[in-house]
Amino acid sequence: MLREDLAGRRVAVTGATGFLGTALVERLLRAVPDCQVAVLVRPGRRGAAERVRREILRNNCFDRLRAELGGSFDAEIGDRLISVAGDVGADGLGLDADGEEVLAGCATVVHSAATVSFDSPLDTAVEVNLLGPSRVAAALRRLNPGTHLVAVSTAYVAGSRRGPAPEAPLAETPFATEVAWRPEVDAARRARADADAASREPRMLARFAREARGELGAAGTPLLASRAERAREDWVERRMVEIGKARAQGLGWPDVYAYSKALGERALLETRDGLAVSIVRPSIIESALSEPVPGWIRGFRMADPVIIGYARGLLREFPGLPEGIIDVVPVDLVVAAVLAVAARGPLPGGPDVVHAASGARNPLRYRQLVDLVREWFTEHPLADVNDQPIAVPEWSFPGRRTVARQLHQATRTLGAAETALRVLPLRGGRADLAARLEERRDEAERALSYVELYGAYTETEAVFQVDRLLGLHRSLAPEDQRDFGMDPAVIDWRRYCHEVYLPSVVAHARVRRAPGPGGRRRDPKGATGLTREERGRRAILSPERQLAVFDLENTLIASNVVDSYAWLATRHQSGRARAGFVLRALRDAPGMLAADRADRGDFLRAFYRRYEGAPVERLRADGWELWHDLLLAKSFPAGLRRVREHRALGHRTLLITGALDVVVEPLRPLFDEIVCARLGERSGRFDGELLDAPPTGEARALLMADYAVEHGLALEEAVAYADSASDLPMLEAAGHPVAVNPETRLAAIARRRGWHVEHWPRAPGGPRPLLPIGPMARR
Amino acid sequence: MPRPGFVLDVDASTPPILTWHGDGFRLERLPADRSRVIYAPEPVPGLDDPDEAIRHALTHPLGDADPLPDLLHPGMRLTIAFDDVSLPLPPMRRPDNRQRVIEAVLDLAATAGVDDVVLIAALALHRRMTEAELRHALGDRVHDAFAPHGRLLQHDAEDPDGLVHLGVTDLGEDIEINRRAAESDLLVYVNINLVSMDGGHKSVATGLSSYRSLRHHHNVRTMRHSRSFMDQHRSELHSSNWRMGRSIAAAGVKVFQIETTLDNNAFPSGLGFLQKREWEWNARDRAGYLATTAAIRAGSERLNRSVFQSVRAPYSMTGVWAGEVEAVHAATTEAVYRQQLVAVEGQTDIALFGLPHVCPYNVNSIMNPVLVMCMGLGYLFNLYRGRPIVREGGVAILSHPTPWAFHPVHHPSYIDFFEEVLAETTDPIEIEKNYEERFATDEWYRHLYRTGHAYHGVHPFYMWYWGAHALEHLGRVIIVGGDPAAVRRLGFVPASSLDDALEMASDVVGRDPSISHFHCPPVMMADVT
Repeated sequence: MLREDLAGRRVAVTGATGFLGTALVERLLRAVPDCQVAVLVRPGRRGAAERVRREILRNNCFDRLRAELGGSFDAEIGDRLISVAGDVGADGLGLDADGEEVLAGCATVVHSAATVSFDSPLDTAVEVNLLGPSRVAAALRRLNPGTHLVAVSTAYVAGSRRGPAPEAPLAETPFATEVAWRPEVDAARRARADADAASREPRMLARFAREARGELGAAGTPLLASRAERAREDWVERRMVEIGKARAQGLGWPDVYAYSKALGERALLETRDGLAVSIVRPSIIESALSEPVPGWIRGFRMADPVIIGYARGLLREFPGLPEGIIDVVPVDLVVAAVLAVAARGPLPGGPDVVHAASGARNPLRYRQLVDLVREWFTEHPLADVNDQPIAVPEWSFPGRRTVARQLHQATRTLGAAETALRVLPLRGGRADLAARLEERRDEAERALSYVELYGAYTETEAVFQVDRLLGLHRSLAPEDQRDFGMDPAVIDWRRYCHEVYLPSVVAHARVRRAPGPGGRRRDPKGATGLTREERGRRAILSPERQLAVFDLENTLIASNVVDSYAWLATRHQSGRARAGFVLRALRDAPGMLAADRADRGDFLRAFYRRYEGAPVERLRADGWELWHDLLLAKSFPAGLRRVREHRALGHRTLLITGALDVVVEPLRPLFDEIVCARLGERSGRFDGELLDAPPTGEARALLMADYAVEHGLALEEAVAYADSASDLPMLEAAGHPVAVNPETRLAAIARRRGWHVEHWPRAPGGPRPLLPIGPMARR
Repeated sequence: MPRPGFVLDVDASTPPILTWHGDGFRLERLPADRSRVIYAPEPVPGLDDPDEAIRHALTHPLGDADPLPDLLHPGMRLTIAFDDVSLPLPPMRRPDNRQRVIEAVLDLAATAGVDDVVLIAALALHRRMTEAELRHALGDRVHDAFAPHGRLLQHDAEDPDGLVHLGVTDLGEDIEINRRAAESDLLVYVNINLVSMDGGHKSVATGLSSYRSLRHHHNVRTMRHSRSFMDQHRSELHSSNWRMGRSIAAAGVKVFQIETTLDNNAFPSGLGFLQKREWEWNARDRAGYLATTAAIRAGSERLNRSVFQSVRAPYSMTGVWAGEVEAVHAATTEAVYRQQLVAVEGQTDIALFGLPHVCPYNVNSIMNPVLVMCMGLGYLFNLYRGRPIVREGGVAILSHPTPWAFHPVHHPSYIDFFEEVLAETTDPIEIEKNYEERFATDEWYRHLYRTGHAYHGVHPFYMWYWGAHALEHLGRVIIVGGDPAAVRRLGFVPASSLDDALEMASDVVGRDPSISHFHCPPVMMADVT
């Protein structure tokens, strides 16, 4: 009896925070009352025990056990679950003395830790998947050579094989790719160093800087630099992913995951040196059939994004062989196979291999799966943003290349449109359009990546043999066959898809469901009874906030330094001089716009030279006129109201602007403090030189931080309002950033980060001065 | 001899009636046999020689007052206060009555050797006038003689140093007015009495006072007890101003009141059809109407607004009186009534008010929704003596586009009043109780009022109180052709046509209601018996 065989044993599990690992731990604790479970987890920042509590025990996998044990859950788990800090990515597993002692006392170790992503960087996959199993084996040999190691691999180590794939070590399998694993390890490590070196080439660094500027605009040096550095790191990662994919496919595996797992098996068997080893190879693991509860799933599994993408109408086509087998296996069947192997113990004849797969015994054809999925989503459609049901497309099973080409094209077109929109000076609704376009492109890119990543699995022609699995199943006592059955024949695919798998995927993906027929239309207001926008506003205008920082131009008034200058300059000009001024301004405008984009600080410095020689006193007087004649007329009343709301709540209000002091003087009563540009004076005239660094870009963030420190305010409780990506440093530094009438770049950033966005219009119906020209002064 | 005003009973042969609709008008056919149209009297003759009449008035004062020359002497402080941009409506062609009168007063002052003369625009809580508006009211000569020397001032009701508290009335009402005016040896106040509530003690007690003083009569209770505020014998607003005016005199402030009246010739000849009864339109009037309406259709909202705002009325001065406040005001009131009173018999179930492009608070500006309410239910509704033209529980139908539009420079507190206050409640009592204080004492509004051209923070509240009597009296208010969202925000019902409005009124006043169309402007006053 399986229970009796495992009772009293201590079983160690690696990868317990993963999908299979969690299920395994839960099943052991629930179904084998007398065993102890040691889980090896990376300690992270919180420590191993805390990670186990948060990431394993809090998972809804344990709901059933918690209900069964009631109040004694904590005590029972405390007795039987041992957390061990360790890392399969490190030689010696990074164990301390206690950890070694725990591991030494284990009769069985299940190694299920892996990086399961199909697009891991090559070296990550190599360190974890290739070297992990042999590292575990090495540690066990040292601590307790009598341990039985059950290594979880994948059926896809068979690679692009066609026809039956036997349950046997790769070395004994005909046509399996022969690769020496040690040189692969060295090459992977070297590739990382090479990629890093390549990324530091000046040409590449210039490219990253360009990308950062393209995304953020004139956001200031520190922010651009850190963004460029992130772009470099991302590039190295992408490069490692690319190299991994190329290497894996070159050797006949669909991706770096299967490649590294296959070599991991080889490495393990080569280095086990007498250690008892069994290998379990599951195929695509999906939602539980019945244990702990039907439909239980953890994380976003391989097929899930494809299915959700389909249901959202995103994947108009997905490649695949209609008659091909999609080898899906419910997680509880895999758990049962692992437990049965562990209970049985090692086979005397050396390492044995068991497939946990369905294809050979109870095949699910791709066409059948697609039909089942379509049927279900036709009955239970997802909803679009307007709560309208999304009709699911009909797939025609084209080749992978056709689909990839279509998606490439869509991505390129959307990317081009997005670039075009990004260079235009758009705001508000139109900037929003650009952001939506970017979202569409992201979706198309994601679809493309699914096709590239998972396409191979819908075209696989290998059939994973399960004779040994069935033998194992049949060797169980009837009671164990009922409780720990692993025969895939029990799966009714229609029932599994419609009642177990798809509902759990949709629930897990937290997507918007269309209201059923006769169902109540969903209220866009959430549990709080407020819309997202209202909740955002409430958070901003909460009494706990301490500081509200505002940008001026295009945040509170639809105007800029050029407008103000034009008004002030023409105020005392005659009609003919005015006309000349307008013409010159029109001529200079494109150049000024470009300079402003490149660097706001430099632009201001250069622009303010125009004030050289202007009489200070006259400008001070004219500044008031300017405010009442032009700026107030172009103000956003809702913005001015917001400043006052903050003040009424007791928040300090701070204006940080690149505008001149003579221009913003009339705004003093609105703010507790104003930081603005000031020009030097010589005998009553401006000298055209800024007295301080222009308050733009990162200088704004610093000014805000200084102000907060000086007044004992917390930046986490600061609300910052700005309209442009050049204000990013300030927005990022504040706990509550608000994008006001954002231009394209900021709109995209705000959307991605979920920042609150305000669209403040000018006073409706108010005057709209055509040109910012001062009214002619009368003598 | 001009014809008096009269009431036309509409029958099947009555042509469509011109109905004002903001920056434009509509022709409306009223239901026969139960509708009537109230027409203003024709313009009374103007003075042949206004300047001579002014000189005569200044030297032959009414009541217990000396001739102006006797009051002027070297070394004295003389202050001349004058009505602001809210009068007259539309603004009159140059020369403005104020210019004529002030030039005459200044001549006498110069003759008497008076050096210390200051002009003050009596703004109360209105916006400061622009240079162009001051030049229009006073003439360039007066403006250029005073403005550059800082002797042309605008009353600042929020200047702590520029106000003086003169005590309280016997009912405990604070009296706080302009310090310069109060401390002058003589305060001359120059009025244009467009309607019967203008002038009298209200000139100084309101025009030169502060919020502290105004709140005693600019409130819901006073407005509900002024029936109407245009009728001084039944106006609590009038009584309060009179108490204050007498206390001001008792406190030693010497006021020499000058009041002038106008005919009702409000529109230039190109728009002459606006002054006429529809069945008397000649070919020229018809052509004028067609051309004007075609131009309005072709023009944008902004363009039409600026064209209408540029209309200057060819008003004539019909009378001028000077001297002691109450005696002068009695004479003026009689003259105003002579021009404006129309005898109307009985009330009707519905009153139809076409709202013109301008009210006292949107000269060179925008008639925002709050002002639409004030113009319809404050001014037009209250242009009655005796009883309102619509019965209690009846329906007022206003015709105005009521755009959701605001002038950000002139009406900043209106925007917030509309967005914050009216979104919560339209009940005047609630509004007064919960919001007035905050707006009235708001630093930012105070700043904009004092330094720019903004109405005081509390002003939109007063506009709302102005309609409080009508809101209490009426069963429903419908606005024809207004922006539905803005109309609903005001608490009224939007209708797209007069027929729809009458249909909507039917569940309040039944299927066959009687209807009065108050054909104003030209301005008039219904004497309802």
